[in-house]
Amino acid sequence: MVSIWFFIGISLAVNGALILAAGVYQLISPPKNPGIVLFNLHANVWWGAILLLIGLIYCFKFTPNKQRS
Amino acid sequence: MPLLAIAVPARLVHLSPVDVVIVVFYFALVLTIGWYLKGRANTGEDFFMAGREMTAWVAGLSFLSANLGALELMGWAGSAYQYGILATHWYWIGAIPAMLFLALVMMPFYYISKTHSVPGYLKLRFGEPSRALSAISFAFMTVLMSGVNMFAMAKVMQIVLGWDINFSIWVSSLTVAVYVTLGGLRSAIFNEVLQFFLIWAGALLIPILGLYEAGGWTNLKLQIAHRASEQYVHLWAGLGSFTSNPMGIHWTGIVFGLGAVISMGYWTTDFLVVQRLLAAKDLRSAEMAPIIGAGFKMMVPFIVILPGLLGLAVLPEKLVPESVAAVTGGHSYNDVLPLMLARYCGPGLLGLGVTALIAGFMSGMAGNVSAFTTVWTYDIYRPLINSKGTDHHYVNMGRWTTIIGVLISVGTAYLVMQFASIMDYVQALFSFFIAPLFGTVVLGMLWKRATGAGGFWGLLCGTLSSISMWAWVKIDPTALRYVALSPHAKALAQDMYQALWSFIVCVVVTVVVSLATKPIADGELTGLVYGLTKVPSVENVPLYQKPLFWAAVVTVIFFVLNIIFW
Repeated sequence: MVSIWFFIGISLAVNGALILAAGVYQLISPPKNPGIVLFNLHANVWWGAILLLIGLIYCFKFTPNKQRS
Repeated sequence: MPLLAIAVPARLVHLSPVDVVIVVFYFALVLTIGWYLKGRANTGEDFFMAGREMTAWVAGLSFLSANLGALELMGWAGSAYQYGILATHWYWIGAIPAMLFLALVMMPFYYISKTHSVPGYLKLRFGEPSRALSAISFAFMTVLMSGVNMFAMAKVMQIVLGWDINFSIWVSSLTVAVYVTLGGLRSAIFNEVLQFFLIWAGALLIPILGLYEAGGWTNLKLQIAHRASEQYVHLWAGLGSFTSNPMGIHWTGIVFGLGAVISMGYWTTDFLVVQRLLAAKDLRSAEMAPIIGAGFKMMVPFIVILPGLLGLAVLPEKLVPESVAAVTGGHSYNDVLPLMLARYCGPGLLGLGVTALIAGFMSGMAGNVSAFTTVWTYDIYRPLINSKGTDHHYVNMGRWTTIIGVLISVGTAYLVMQFASIMDYVQALFSFFIAPLFGTVVLGMLWKRATGAGGFWGLLCGTLSSISMWAWVKIDPTALRYVALSPHAKALAQDMYQALWSFIVCVVVTVVVSLATKPIADGELTGLVYGLTKVPSVENVPLYQKPLFWAAVVTVIFFVLNIIFW
């Protein structure tokens, strides 16, 4: 059976990649009015990267063909 | 926490395309998990008990997640804005001792008796009348609460995102119905663990960025003292009298009402959370699961209470009660979490934050529905309506009950839409049963002299006393000075004392009636009562795998945190 941790890895990796991509896009072409506080910290870049990394670790560690559910 | 707004101000946040993709991906994933697990829910043990094969981590995170609803997140963040750090009591003394008590004292009896539910334990210990009373009240209240929460959540989605109420109600409820009907409790548990991660991933950034903006904890305390009061950042220092803290509560209410009765009642006897532990693969996992849950529960104030406190310090506008917001069109206390979300989260992060709120709501609803399904099938339908069905028949009943339970919840949500006052009544009704039920169950487990008649009459009288006190204060508000020991007590303080008195009534009646009736033979109580049950030892595992060791670690951290924030 596929481990629940694999599903969690998928979720974190996909969400992390989407958030990172949105953050990188804003980094390349910053909006005139970001509409948020602390925009200069570019939280979506590093938070997205952290989620993507954790998600990939989970996906790799609990990938179904390793039979480690 | 009531989260009902009458006026609908402009939406708080606007989602970008990437945010919408994140929300849609979440729905697709939970449905995929339900579809994947559909082949593993063919027997009663699989459908209702997830095969009793969950690890301690899965059971523990699910146990916590079933309680970590979106209304809980938003409501308590609002309470933190309104009452300050006092709201943390509901996460620490209002949860941790109860979770550890459940793990070390009560779990062995639940697990060894192999019961399917809390009412099922009452049947084994006290007989059919106690089970029927408990099961019917639980099933009725659970499905109504689910509907009330559904409406409140749809209202929140309307306020936060501008979504149509009907769209929110039907999309979320049908999604829950599909994945629970397909995969049973296993599907609910898997999705709850997923939702636990999403809630943290979506909400954790707010306190991190908030503390950065406020200049750290010390500066945050100074700003709160300046804008509100110094008492807003003390857990215990202001509880010496009813008038020296924002909540209007005395420390006795927090310690004895909340810590000793309400939280014990909720965390140890509410089947919504206990069901997750009964699905554990062995007794050690079942004992470890609530301890793991307690460890994470202690951290939840970081993503719930701290954003409320940060809102006090950094938000330019002053938030007001729901009743005022409804008239002025401003933002209420309960809007603080989405306001903080909108303050810090840009494209992508906003979608994740909204997904966290939706995930929180759906985990709570799935918990309600799966618990309702089990209690209806095993504690009402099988003993009272059809006791001769096959296992396959009861699984089918479980699937249909899931769908019907969701439809009743939807019906309740629409009823609340028409008659808003129903919401307050249903929330009050639910609280009537918790404290007396804890008295009945704990006496049943720890006192072998408790009899069937004692258990039944104690539960009934405790519940009736709670209803009577509530009605008394409703009819004559001055009665608050007797029920809550002070005319200055707020609603939360009233709940604490109401629970305490009803628990005492339950215990006294149970003891008196038990002593006046014939004792149950010891042989009939084996596996159900302390002193007559041989609990399997965990001595052959290393220290770091023993539940007692980790319970001690959690206890030390619990005391240290309370002293730090005294």
